[in-house]
Amino acid sequence: MAEVEETLKRIQAHRGVVATIVVNAEGIPIRTTLDNSTTVQYAGLLHQLTMKARSTVRDIDPQNDLTFLRIRSKKHEIMVAPDKEYLLIVIQNPCE
Amino acid sequence: MEIIYVYTRKRSEFGRPCSFSDRPAEVNVDIPPDPSMASSFILRNPVDSHVQHTSDMSEHEVNTERAEVESRGVNHVEGGWPKDINPQEVEQTIRFRKKVEKDENYINTIVHLGTLMEHCVKQNNAINIYEEYFEEEEMVEVEDEPPSAKTINVIRDPNVTKRTATHLSWHPDTCKKLAVAYSSLEFQQNMKNMSFDSYIWDLENPNKPELVLRPSSPLVSLEYNPKDSHVLVGGCYNGQMAYWDTRKGGLPVEVSAVEVSHRDPVYGAIWLQSKTGTECFSASTDGQVLWWDIRKLSEPTEMLVLDITRKGLLENALGAVTLEFEPTMPTKFMVGTEQGIVIACNRKAKTPPEKITSTYSGHHGPVYALARNPFYPKIFMTVGDWTARIWSEEIKESSIMWTKYHLSYLTDGCWSTVRPAVFFTTRSDGTLDVWDFLFKQNDPSLSLKVCDEPLSSLRLQDNGCVVGCGSKLGTVTLLEISSGLCTLQRNEKMLATAMFERETKREKILEARHREMRLKERARSEGQESEVEERPVESPQEVLDRARKEFFEVIEAELQRQARAETPTPAWQGTGDGMNRSRDSLTWGRGLGSASAFQVKDRVGEEAAAAARGEESRLPKDKEEEEGEEKDAAKEP
Repeated sequence: MAEVEETLKRIQAHRGVVATIVVNAEGIPIRTTLDNSTTVQYAGLLHQLTMKARSTVRDIDPQNDLTFLRIRSKKHEIMVAPDKEYLLIVIQNPCE
Repeated sequence: MEIIYVYTRKRSEFGRPCSFSDRPAEVNVDIPPDPSMASSFILRNPVDSHVQHTSDMSEHEVNTERAEVESRGVNHVEGGWPKDINPQEVEQTIRFRKKVEKDENYINTIVHLGTLMEHCVKQNNAINIYEEYFEEEEMVEVEDEPPSAKTINVIRDPNVTKRTATHLSWHPDTCKKLAVAYSSLEFQQNMKNMSFDSYIWDLENPNKPELVLRPSSPLVSLEYNPKDSHVLVGGCYNGQMAYWDTRKGGLPVEVSAVEVSHRDPVYGAIWLQSKTGTECFSASTDGQVLWWDIRKLSEPTEMLVLDITRKGLLENALGAVTLEFEPTMPTKFMVGTEQGIVIACNRKAKTPPEKITSTYSGHHGPVYALARNPFYPKIFMTVGDWTARIWSEEIKESSIMWTKYHLSYLTDGCWSTVRPAVFFTTRSDGTLDVWDFLFKQNDPSLSLKVCDEPLSSLRLQDNGCVVGCGSKLGTVTLLEISSGLCTLQRNEKMLATAMFERETKREKILEARHREMRLKERARSEGQESEVEERPVESPQEVLDRARKEFFEVIEAELQRQARAETPTPAWQGTGDGMNRSRDSLTWGRGLGSASAFQVKDRVGEEAAAAARGEESRLPKDKEEEEGEEKDAAKEP
C-alpha cells in the first residue's frame, strides 16, 4: 500500500507532470489528481483507445502485446501504461 | 411468277400439347472426301495454336441494402460501477475505491506500471524528441508548375435577348456576391423587348439572381459602396445616376434628374472616400465629370469639363470612357478618354482650368481601362486599342512599358492585388491574358480562351485569386488562378520596384534627349549659329571623350564603305515607337537636321561622304548628342 503511494507521489513530483490517474478495467477511476468530471472523461476515452490499440497490435501479430501508449498533442503528452486489469494514465507537459 | 407458301392449321389444333416422338437417326447427306481437291491445298506446317489454362470466371455484383448511417456522440458520464453502488453517493464510491486499493494485485500492478511510466516521464524531460532541427533554413519551394486557371463558375444572362455584361463589382466584404451591370453598348441596337435589369448574383446559386435591380434605363456601370455593402450606385445608359439599397429591394432609391445628368452613357462611376460615405463621381463620353452626393441626386455637387485646352469649353471636351480613383490619394483622379488620352486631375485645385494637371497620350483608340498599381501608386496601367501600357506619373510623354500589339482589341484590364508586377487583360476574341511583367514581357504568362464572344469586362476579387470576366452575350465566367500567380514571391517587391525605376529612368533620359533635339531643331531652323549646349549631368568627361573618338572612327569607316544599310526610319516624328527612338537619335545627329536630308543620304551613297564631311564640321556642336548616342549604341545590342 505504501509502495503504491510512494510510486504515485514520485511520478506526480516529476517536472511537467500535470495529472496522474489510475483506472480499473471497468473504467472506474481509482486514484486521480484531477477533478471528477475530467477524470471520468479521460478514463472512459482512454480506456477505449487502449483497447483498440491493443487489439490492433495483436491482430497484426498475435504474439505481440501492447506495452505502452503515448499520445502527443499540441498542449501535452498523454501516456498510458496498460495492464490486464488496470490502467495508469499520466498527463505531462514535455519541456521544450 | 410468285412463289406463295400457304400454311393452314385447324383452329382446334392451336394450343394442343405437343407430342414428341422418337425417331432413329438417319443419314441425310453423305459427302465422301474427294482426294483430287486436296491438290489445291497446301499443308500448313507449323500450325499456330494457343492453349490457355485458366479457371472459368464469371462476374457478379452484389450490393447490400443501403444502411443509413448517422454520427452520434455518447457522453460517458459515470459508468462501470457495480450494480450495488450508487455513483452519486460519495461514501459508497470511496468505500469501493478503498477496497480496490487494498487488493494485492492492484499493488503489484501499480508498482510495475509505475516504473514503466517513470522511465517515459524522465525520457520526456530529458529530451524533446519532436524538436525542430534546422529551423532557420527555410525550404525554398520552387514553384515548377506552369501557371493555370480553372473555371469555377459560369453565370449566364437569364434573359432571352442577351446583353453585354459591361461592369462587374464584387461585394466588398464577403466576395461571395457579384453585382453585374448589363446593357447593350451597340449604338441604337436596343431592341424593344430587351430588359433593363441588372442583377446581383450569389455565387452559391448561379441559376437565379439574388436581387434584380430595375433601373429606368440599362446600367452601364455599377459599383458597391466599399463602406456600406448594402448600397450600390449605377450609371445608366441615358446618363442618369441611380442608387440602390439592397435592403429596400430592386427599385432605385433615388435617380438623378435628367436635366442635370450626363448626356451620354455613364461609363465610369466610382465611390469617393468621404466621412459620410455617400459621395461618388461619374464620367461619361459627353465630356463631363460630375460629383454627386447620393442623398441628393437632384443635382451634382461639382462639375468638371474635360477640356485639355483648359478653357472649360464643352465643345472641345474629350469623352471619358474610364475613371480611376485611388482611396489613398483622395484629391487626385484620372480619366481615360475616347481619344486615347489619359487626363490626370486634381479635385482640389482652385480654378477649373487648373483642375487638369497633366495629360498622357499614347493610345490610338479609346482607353478602355485605367488602373493604378496598388503597390506603387505612381505607376498606372492603361488598356486601349491593341496594347496595354504601363505609365509612370512623372513621364508624361510616353508609357514606360507596353505589351506587343495583339491581333484583337484589348477591352479591359486590372492589376493583381497580391503581386506587384502581375496584371490581367481581356481581349475581344474572348481571351483572358495574365501578364507577369517581371518574368516575361513579350507574352502573357497565361493566356486562356474563356469564350468565343468578346470579353467586355474584368474584375479581380480582393484576394487576388478569383477573377470574373463578363462577355458580350452576358456570360460571366469566374476563374481561379493557380497559386503561382497569386502568391507573392520572394524579393518580388524589390525586383518590381527596381524594374519600374529602371524603366522610368530610361524614359526620362529619352525625354531629355528629345527636348534637346527639339531645341536644337528650333534653334537651327531659326538660323542661329550658336546652338544651345546642354551638358548631361551623369558621366565624367574623360570617358566620354575617349568613347567619342572611337565612335567617330567607326562611323567614318562605315560611311566610307557605304556598306551598312541603315534601316530607313521614316520621317522623324515627335512620338515614335520607343524601340526605334534611340536609333532615331543616332541618325538625327548624323543627318542634317531634317529627315529628308537623311533619306537622301541613305539612297545615294556619294552624299554619305558629303554628309560625313558635313558632320565633321559639326563636331563641336553635336558633341553632346553623340555622347548620348554612344551610350545608346552601346546599350542597343
